[in-house]
Amino acid sequence: MNHADAAEKFNKDFDRTTWHDETLWWVRQKRDRAAFAIPEWEQLRETASQIKHNVLSNLDNYLIEFEKNAQKNGITVHWAADAHEHNQIILSILKSQGVTEIVKSKSMLTEECHLNPYLTENGVEVIDTDLGERIVQLADEPPSHIVLPCIHWKKEEIGVLFHKHLGTPEGCADPVLLTHAARANLREKFLTRRVAITGVNFAVAETGEFVVCTNEGNADMGAHLADVHIACMGIEKIIPKREHLGVFLRLLTRSATGQPITTYSSHFGKPREGQQMHIVLVDNGRTVQLGREQFRNSLKCIRCGACMNTCPVYRRSGGHSYHNAVAGPIGAILAPNLDMTKNADLPFASTLCGSCSNVCPVKINIHEQLYEWRQELTKSGHSPTAKTLSMKVMSAVLSNPTVYHLSGKIGRFAMANAPFVVNNSFNPWFKQREMPEPPKESFGEWYKKNRGEK
Amino acid sequence: MSREKILAAVAKNKPDLTPLPEIQNFGNPYANLVEQFKAVLTAIGGEVVYVKDWEEIRAYIQTHFGGRRIVTNIDPLADVAQESWIKSDPHSLEDVGLAILKGQFGVAENGSIWVTETEMGQRVTPFIAETLALVIQKSELVPKMHDAYIRIGGERYGFGAFIAGPSKTADIEQSLVLGAHGPKSMLAFLME
Ligand code: SF4
Repeated sequence: MNHADAAEKFNKDFDRTTWHDETLWWVRQKRDRAAFAIPEWEQLRETASQIKHNVLSNLDNYLIEFEKNAQKNGITVHWAADAHEHNQIILSILKSQGVTEIVKSKSMLTEECHLNPYLTENGVEVIDTDLGERIVQLADEPPSHIVLPCIHWKKEEIGVLFHKHLGTPEGCADPVLLTHAARANLREKFLTRRVAITGVNFAVAETGEFVVCTNEGNADMGAHLADVHIACMGIEKIIPKREHLGVFLRLLTRSATGQPITTYSSHFGKPREGQQMHIVLVDNGRTVQLGREQFRNSLKCIRCGACMNTCPVYRRSGGHSYHNAVAGPIGAILAPNLDMTKNADLPFASTLCGSCSNVCPVKINIHEQLYEWRQELTKSGHSPTAKTLSMKVMSAVLSNPTVYHLSGKIGRFAMANAPFVVNNSFNPWFKQREMPEPPKESFGEWYKKNRGEK
Repeated sequence: MSREKILAAVAKNKPDLTPLPEIQNFGNPYANLVEQFKAVLTAIGGEVVYVKDWEEIRAYIQTHFGGRRIVTNIDPLADVAQESWIKSDPHSLEDVGLAILKGQFGVAENGSIWVTETEMGQRVTPFIAETLALVIQKSELVPKMHDAYIRIGGERYGFGAFIAGPSKTADIEQSLVLGAHGPKSMLAFLME
């Protein structure tokens, strides 16, 4: 199902759409308050963007430096060209340990690689330990947001889900009780699983350490209790030096949720005594995107989610309508890189208002890239058919003055005298909108009358 | 194999080298670091207790945490807690009610405290305890994260973390709940 159809389905429940919209806008406002409290905010964004640009321009050397230092620290480094290889590497580590049950903290990369279904098919039980991810996992759904995975779920629905799976009392919808029920259930998993998978927020070339940020402490509970810790990261997560963490950790959570910092910013330098630590460096299309000049900036993304929280389309269409691991504006740029045919609709799921670019902590020109993708996809014949057809009609109309003026007249006449011709469900502009009152005359006609004779 | 393939693709596709920017530390906007630290840590669910000496901490623990399993690796507190846990299996810390550990320093802008493996005793300790208490000197506060990393410098640690308050989540309809998987409460003893 394409974005427009999925969004239409989401929009059927008017109250839920409004609630979703308002909740995310509230998060966006928290971001604003946190950002405005930092006088040097704009300088921080610029610095972060420049650091990331340097990273992209020297990525191969930083990866080699990171690998060397991580190995020196006793971490095993793996390289995966694509999602499948990433999944295979993980399965082979699990097999070598004879392990069939694991815990996993949040990692959008493993979502991108569809690790969970792969491991399940191979007889491994994966428990997601981030509460939001656990909720969607129990519901057999993917996350709908990269920071707030179950932002589309209501507490009453979570109550029903937990009653079924965790035995909470029927009708209980109290966030405290539900959270503590999940806590008790997951603690048992932390204490019994021998392998833990985590994501990576930043990896430092200079030191060979990597940083994982969580509020719940689930990455740490998993990693510090397990015999084997596997961390998975996209190759663009490298930063050159430890001091650069000072810039990114100041930006990340303020942009994400408005918090000054996550509860835990954990720096993994070496495995603990007797423990194995692995890191998987994954390409999966990133080197291709690096070569696409107009889109390479998207690799600067630190996955804060701010662009989703502010996007008027995301807020009103829900994360699942993007049918991609990463939803929203940044997802709409990353997805066509992975599969142009399947994701051709996504760059069109935007008003191009520029709000995403304004909040992005690493200053990615998101809305410009969305616009670029539209042109790119249309040129290469990938754009959604309805859009291509109407574009063709539009371009025919716009390129011929006589047709343009005539069609304007017809349009105004139709809207004034036969509104049913446009106010119907065949006109996509009529959805969720009243059509405007048509003007009596066109601007051209008005101009001729009032100014034209001078 | 994939390693070489990835590195070659990066080399081929990367843009021209751009320089790294200078990292400024943007100065100290806070008139009083202690008050700023306290205000932020309190706002994110932590608690700040001012103390003069170890004696006051001992008294505080005895009144507030009596009857719980307490672990610490701080010598002056040895009599209120066990120390033998440091070499045991990390899973055996499951029932710890209170862990009291030293922090190296705090960061005023976000209420976090830097703790490394050395102070943790075991890596899992600050995460598995029901309550975490971190002790830092009032004089050991820095304004911002830039200062924090200058302070850490090239220190080698197996594991280190900035810890800012108790474990928390807001995944259920954005309602804040303290105590997701880790500590349900966290306090910072700020010592003279
Ligand atoms: S594109 Fe920018 S705003 Fe969006 S998630 Fe990435 S870093 Fe955040």
